[in-house]
This record gives sequence, C-alpha cells and structure tokens, in this order.
Amino acid sequence: MDKSQGLTPQSRFFRSDEAVILSVDRLQMRYGGKRAVETLDDFSLDVHKGEFICILGPSGCGKSTLLSVVAGILRPTGGSVTMNGRPITGMDWHRTLMFQSPTLYPWLSAYDNVAFGPRMRRMPRAAVDERVRRYLELVGLTEFAAAKPYELSGGMKQRVALARALVSEPSVILMDEPFGALDAFTRTNMQVLIRDIWRKHNNTLLLITHDVDEALALASRVVVMSARPGRLVGMFDAMFSHPLTGTAEDDAVRASDEYVKLRRAILNLIDTGEGKNR
Amino acid sequence: MTDDLSTGPRGRRFGLWAVTGLTVAVILAAWYLASNVFSASPLFLPSPQSVWKAFLTICATQYKGYTLWQHLGSSLQRLMLAFGLSVVTAVPLGLASGYVPWIKAIWEPIIEFYRPLPPLAYYTLLVLWMGIDNESKVMLLYLACFAPIYVACASAVMRIGQNYLRNARVLGARRGQVFLHVILPFALPEIFVGMRTALGVGYTTLVAAEMVAARSGIGWMVLDASNYLRSDIIFVGILVMGVTGILLDRVIRLAEAYFVPWKGKDY
Repeated sequence: MDKSQGLTPQSRFFRSDEAVILSVDRLQMRYGGKRAVETLDDFSLDVHKGEFICILGPSGCGKSTLLSVVAGILRPTGGSVTMNGRPITGMDWHRTLMFQSPTLYPWLSAYDNVAFGPRMRRMPRAAVDERVRRYLELVGLTEFAAAKPYELSGGMKQRVALARALVSEPSVILMDEPFGALDAFTRTNMQVLIRDIWRKHNNTLLLITHDVDEALALASRVVVMSARPGRLVGMFDAMFSHPLTGTAEDDAVRASDEYVKLRRAILNLIDTGEGKNR
Repeated sequence: MTDDLSTGPRGRRFGLWAVTGLTVAVILAAWYLASNVFSASPLFLPSPQSVWKAFLTICATQYKGYTLWQHLGSSLQRLMLAFGLSVVTAVPLGLASGYVPWIKAIWEPIIEFYRPLPPLAYYTLLVLWMGIDNESKVMLLYLACFAPIYVACASAVMRIGQNYLRNARVLGARRGQVFLHVILPFALPEIFVGMRTALGVGYTTLVAAEMVAARSGIGWMVLDASNYLRSDIIFVGILVMGVTGILLDRVIRLAEAYFVPWKGKDY
C-alpha cells in the first residue's frame, strides 16, 4: 500500500449526508463442511441513498456472492444485511437485479418484459402502461416496444433488462457485470446511458465489475475487494463519473494526472490485496 | 430471400424437395416393375393398381362393416383421447416434479418403473381390469404417451437458467406465478419434443393393441386382412398408417413453430 503514491486506501473516505439505505455488516460466507471454502470474510459496507457504488475486484473474490446475499438469494453464514434497518429475508422487488446476460423472457415482447414485474404485483393496468412507456423511452426503445428479444441486438436486450430493473422503482438496483458481454462501443454507450439515468433520477446502484475504468467512469464510490476470501481492502471517492460524459473530452480526463494516479493506486491495491493470500 | 451460406440458397431447398419426390417415385416405379414386369406373386406383393383399387373400394364401401375412414377414425379417436388426457396431466405433473423435489420423489419411481416396459406386456392386465373395449386401449395409450411427456417436462425445468427464475422472484412474482408465467412457457420447446415422442409411441402402441384385441380400427383392419390373405388391404392399411403418422407429426411441428417462435434463436 506504500506504492499508492500518496493515496492511502481510505484517504478519500466517503461521507454522505443521505440516509443509509442498505447496510452490510461483517458479512461472512462459507461453503461446504469440513473443507470449507470462505468466499467472503468480515465484509462491511454502508450504502447511502443516491450512491452509485462500484465493487471492484479480481475474479473469484466473492463479488457475485455478495450481490446474491444482498439480493436475498443466498443466506449468509455470518453477519447481516439490512435494508432501511430491516434484515433481508428473501428476494423482493425493492432490490432488482441485472445480470451479464439479459435474461429476458423470449416469449414476451420488450414491452411485456418490462411490464412483467408490475403485472405480477397486480399493479393497475393504466399505471403499468404509463410506467412501461416511460422507462422504455428512458432507455430509448420506444419504437422497439413490440419487438421480441431475439429480434433485438445485444445492447438493446441489455437496455430492456435495464428498463425492467428500473420500472419497479426499487430502492437499490444490483448489477452483476451488466456490460461484461457487450462489445466496446455498446458498452461505452450503456455506461453513458446508465450514468445519465443515475444523475437524473438519483437511483441507488450497486454494480460489480472487474474493469477499473468502468468503475472509475461510473461510480460515485469505488469499493475494492481482495481475492478469496473477499475482503474490503479499499474505498475511493471516484469523482470522475461527473467529468466523464461519453464525449471526446473524456480522453483528456482519462489522461489527467489525477485519473492515472487513482487508477494506479487501485490496481496496486488489488495486487497487494491478492498477494496477502498467496 | 437472401442466400444464407449456412443453410444454402432458397432455391436449393426446392431442389431438396425434388430429391425427396424422386426417392418416392423410384420406390413406386420399382414396386410397379416388380409386380407388373417381373410378375411377383400378388400374395406377397400386390401391384400398385390393385392396392389403389382396394383403397378406393374400402373408401367408398366397407371392410368388415366399416369404411376405411371409419376404421381410421376409430383409431385416431382412441389415440387423440389418450394423447389429450396425457398432455393435460403429464405437463403439469412433469413441470411440478421439476420444480418441487417431493413431487418428483413421489412420481418418478412409478414412471421410471413402467416406462421401459413394452406396453403390450401390461396391456393384458389392463384388458383384465377394464375389459376388451375402448377403455383398456385408451388407458394403454394414455400410459404410453404419459411417460415421454412427463420426462421431457421434468428435465425442461432443470434446464431453465437460475437467473431467469431469480429475476421473476426479484420482480415480485410469487411461486405460483413463476410456475405459470416463467416455467411453463420456458418448457414449451421441450413439451413439444415430449409430445412428438408421445404421439409416435402412442400410434405404434395403438396399432399393436388393435392387433391384439379389437373389432375396428386401422390396426385391426390390417390384422384381419392378413387372416384372409388380402395383401392389397394390408398394403392400404400400412400406407395409410404411415401417411397419418407423418401428418400427425407435421401438425405438432406446425404448432411448435407457432407457439415457440424463439426456438433456435439467440435471446
């Protein structure tokens, strides 16, 4: 950590005036019996309303496990996760998910895929229609409302998945490498889109990635994890998601000293964090 | 239509139809030559003309009290009744077995036990219990159709990606809703595979069952004709069975194309 060129991991520790919406407290996750594999160890994180947190770490560091626990899919073996002070006992629509693959239902049109959640919750028809239209417009797919998933490109499918995650207006949106399977151009477009939406709507987002530049482009706070067992090894206020706008000026931001230094510091941290466990 | 190099140009498809047509023509010609030019015994190989004549005769008049269509009709009625019953019961039970482990624990041993049995082996029992009439045949066909559909449905549920199910739950669907709105449509492609297998098995079993005991039906007609050495009728019966089998399969494939437009596509 001495190599971090003046930036200690906690030096830009995040402070927010907003309320804590999601609290992960000393989370621990172990699989198996005697020869247990520990994927998460003593992981704590407070997520404030309106934050865009990117969790960054090498593969196998338990990022996805963490997200599954927060979503209510997995029960932790130790510690707790609470949302608005109440422990999470299962999956519910207050925390929606977005995966690397779009997981759209192929028999439903883009419109019906987005409408799936509200309809299952028996929202009145007019309200469903208003919301679905609004969110399809937000992701720029109004003309493709009637298209089936197999008629859409990879990026469009992911935009439908985004609209589907947003339409419930959940408290937190959990994203597991949502752009990992997209080509570079589409990925950049998606990053710009999601950043714009976040700025306009002030959503709370928790995104997992192993791409430092993606984390720096998107996050209001970057959380760095070490390899197995996953531990929190550092936190940075990213600061770059505002100057980065998806235009040509981005190159200047990415070439700036501050950006390069922070990027280097994070990479060093991941390296040394990994080293500890070898 | 553009030329997709992976499937070949559109024109070549019609070319393939021509090849199929030619195959049939060659077989018919060989048959004609064998019976007319090389004068094979009409007992072993009746000529195409006599088979055609027999076909027209039993279409218009009767064979042992029923016309050909009545024989075929009574066979198909048994088959469709049994097939329909097996679809409406095996699909929900199969899907439920894939979704809920204890339901599977109840049903799987029973189905695994009787599935490999030749249907005619337990047909005798069914006849003992239910009589020689339609009930025992419908029951036999029902059991024959049930197993492939059940197995296809149960395995279809296992193959649904976890994230598709999780997403439904996360979006607020209750377990029952997940079953109806996610699992059922996701299983459709494999339900159709199961239905095609079931119909094939059912049809084979039907003809065999009619040969054991019946007073009407296409299978019975063939067996009866063989008792009187009416080779022409046997040929008519076999040809009609074959064509009917192809048509039934086509109907299911058309339904599949209509209900599962996403099959084989990237979604």
